[in-house]
Amino acid sequence: MEVEETTITDIMRLLTGAKVVFEDVNLKGGTIELEIPQMSQFRDVAPQATAKILSQLGSEIDEKTITDLTQLLSGAKVVLEGVELTGGTIELELVSRPSPALGPTIQVGFPQQVAAMPVSPVEKRPVIPSVLQSRKFIPYKEEFTGQITTVQLGATKSEGGSRAYSITLGGETAPSLYRWDSLPPHKPAVSIDIFDMKIPLARPVREKFADVLEDPAAWAQKAEEYGADAVTIHLISTDPGLNDTPIREAMKTLEDVLQATKVPIIVGGSGNKEKDPPLLAKACEVAEGERILLNSLELDADYKLPAIKALEHNHVCLAFSQIDINKAKQLNQALLREGVPPHQIMIDPTTAALGYGTEYSFSIYERIRRAALKGDKTLAMPMSSGSTNGWGAREAHRPESKEPQWGPRDYRGPLWEATTAFTLAVVGCDLFMMLHPLSVSLFKQMVDMLWADPKGNPPAYADWVTAEL
Amino acid sequence: MVTMMSSRLDPLTIFQYLPQTNSKDCGEATCLAFASKLLNRDRKLEECPHMLKPEFREKYEQLNERLLPPVREVLVGTGPRQVRLGGEEVMMRHQLSYFNPTAIAVDVIDTLDPDAIKERVTEISSLLIERIGKTITLDMIAVRSASGDPKTFANAVKITKSCTDLPLMLCSYDPQVLAAGLAEISTDRPILYAATKDNWKEVAQLALDYNAPLVVSAPGDLDELVSLAGTLFDAGLIDLVLDPGTFFEQGFLGGLTLKNLVQLRQKAILDQDKTVGFPLMTVPLQAFRSEKDPIQAAMLESLTTDLLIAQYADLVVLHGLEIWELLPTLAFRQAIYSDPRVHAAVDPGIREFFNPGSESPVLVTTNFALTYYTVEADISKFKVPCRLLVVDTEGLGVEAGVAGGQLTAEKIKDLMDEVKIEEKVNPENHKIILPGLAARLSGELEMLSNWQVIIGPRDSADMQKVLPTN
Repeated sequence: MEVEETTITDIMRLLTGAKVVFEDVNLKGGTIELEIPQMSQFRDVAPQATAKILSQLGSEIDEKTITDLTQLLSGAKVVLEGVELTGGTIELELVSRPSPALGPTIQVGFPQQVAAMPVSPVEKRPVIPSVLQSRKFIPYKEEFTGQITTVQLGATKSEGGSRAYSITLGGETAPSLYRWDSLPPHKPAVSIDIFDMKIPLARPVREKFADVLEDPAAWAQKAEEYGADAVTIHLISTDPGLNDTPIREAMKTLEDVLQATKVPIIVGGSGNKEKDPPLLAKACEVAEGERILLNSLELDADYKLPAIKALEHNHVCLAFSQIDINKAKQLNQALLREGVPPHQIMIDPTTAALGYGTEYSFSIYERIRRAALKGDKTLAMPMSSGSTNGWGAREAHRPESKEPQWGPRDYRGPLWEATTAFTLAVVGCDLFMMLHPLSVSLFKQMVDMLWADPKGNPPAYADWVTAEL
Repeated sequence: MVTMMSSRLDPLTIFQYLPQTNSKDCGEATCLAFASKLLNRDRKLEECPHMLKPEFREKYEQLNERLLPPVREVLVGTGPRQVRLGGEEVMMRHQLSYFNPTAIAVDVIDTLDPDAIKERVTEISSLLIERIGKTITLDMIAVRSASGDPKTFANAVKITKSCTDLPLMLCSYDPQVLAAGLAEISTDRPILYAATKDNWKEVAQLALDYNAPLVVSAPGDLDELVSLAGTLFDAGLIDLVLDPGTFFEQGFLGGLTLKNLVQLRQKAILDQDKTVGFPLMTVPLQAFRSEKDPIQAAMLESLTTDLLIAQYADLVVLHGLEIWELLPTLAFRQAIYSDPRVHAAVDPGIREFFNPGSESPVLVTTNFALTYYTVEADISKFKVPCRLLVVDTEGLGVEAGVAGGQLTAEKIKDLMDEVKIEEKVNPENHKIILPGLAARLSGELEMLSNWQVIIGPRDSADMQKVLPTN
């Protein structure tokens, strides 16, 4: 049985001196295997490195088997046998730092001159046969053992709230696009972001909400008209660095928004680590019965306060971490320890704007989902993406007057945001916080196409070679 | 554990095949070092001169076979713009890395008049963007025969060739049409589209005669596809690309197109089945067939291309040529094909640009590689002499660093002290420019440093607003 797979694949952090910690390990005479994919560029520094596995009390349970890091780094496995631990902690730490000479290079798809094909010393001229073989394609069946937790957002009258409908996410037993393995039970949902004060927004977005930017209730209604499945009210004016709006006043805004719209509501703070926890805790009371999503709880803020309130009032916690699968896992474990059940937790592992760190987000969402489907229950919650971040990219927000080479922003910006969101839907993200109505409709169109049931036989193949377009 | 990695070779196994003389003739210190580089595909086996000697022939062939990635690499075209397709080893990029970025071909049709062909081909060939210090272009031109006429097609190929150095894809199901096109560019190694159950003998013969890579096509029928590919592979044709068809209709994009791509790649990588271990081709251009509004079609084509890039397509054929459509896809491809084994942070510290003097401005940024290179590119663009303080934010960008406490006034002050910035700048120029997204640090930084803090723009593309003009 695998104890932890995901945490140890994060070798980058390990090599820069960070610790990887496995908590609450229960093992009786078990085996721990450590295996690291090929990392040749670190091989120069590897011989000086040592690694330790420690029990919770700091006594080393096994050091010598893992000191041969060179072996580990060249792809060999290190196996620790007969390990006995009850609720123990295993720490894995490499002592050395890689040298700065290993500076970054970023690979791109620029065609390069390549060496000639390897010439096989024996030339054998093929002869085209006269008869076509008859073969069967037998798919390889990849095994998935886990299941994604089902989470409900919003509550209807019969469920104790006042929403027109609720949204259900999760439930997958295979990657959500692998519909041939198992039908994805729920489509990804979209929420539109609104704010409790006028804030700087990219012009294409501003234009779509021009008349409601100072009226959150009207803004929420507009979002609903634009096809949002849910609305996220960001109470950013509560930031002490901005208006420092008192929590009581912010709750009035939340009530207005709940009144004005019938879709499920997500409540966000300002990002202030002191003020957000009591703000979100209070929102749990104000939105009694509505099964809101709290955006968000973090490890380095007081996550317990809102978690306890969410538990008490039956809301859902969004656990936020910054592109770090270990932290995502630790926070989920912490919430579970507080008694929050899995079906009241969602994960936000951070969405970078397309082109500004997409690869990190893409891989984190993919790794979390795969770890869950391989049986890691502490990562098996539905995921959320702040796709609005797509507008942070200059390719999205800068006008064609300044960047004529990029074409019209009215198409470019929304497509940039839609791409930021959609590429994460491909690897399993379930909920998308977005801004522009065109991004939302594009995203939904792609999702509808992909999640729809193929009806009947495949259509006759459309011959693209001769098509006049 | 990551069991799928276990079937990979390791350096010691590779070492067994090498001369083991540590001759340094390859430029590496030892044969073991060369073995490691082979494994990571930083070096090629042919770069060891001894392995090419007759006495090593057997070992060369054995090792060459073992080094082959489960998805064969197929080369299209010749010369500096040659394209590599496939060569992939893993299902997910974090397991190792993806290697050869999905090649993007854009179509041109043979029924256009010559000037229109020239114009379109020139536009495709000259599209070029700079991102994160890299130049990105399109990769191929797909010449489609709508005419069905060998002469018309040959003429279109000739015109296309005259105004591009990109490799070509010749598209027709008629062997005579393909032959006419091939005759125009007989030594250019274009890729042929396509061999089907109806024409495979003739088209495969053309591929053989011209040493050209070949697409095998069987839309929606994987049995037929592997029958065709298996027949040709067994006969000795190895430069094959598989086209399982691109169905764009509701439900079938996921339920059939994507299914076929994923299952072919699972079979090749997870099941190590060499008979399907070929690059995969798809045609997002189909978006323009089902959606008549050109703007809407371009957007759907772009998003579909992203989906297919993320899900194992090694070659895509597009129709849209609007930059706003291509830009997101090119950025996404660059991201997905970046190497996850490479650290994303640059060294913190001070960087000086254009010989700054004691009056030159001081800027602050983070050591997240993408942030740093973006700022660096903008400084280079505006050519303003300045000093840039690169704060160690553990590889986070400005916004995330401020939110997470990795970019603080204290850290900036510490770096200012460490690089002795006070000594480099006149007291009357003790002004420091903070990124707009770090504006909230300004009060504390002024207090700590006694420097005047200037809030810069949210995007460094606008930095000239706070810089002295040059």
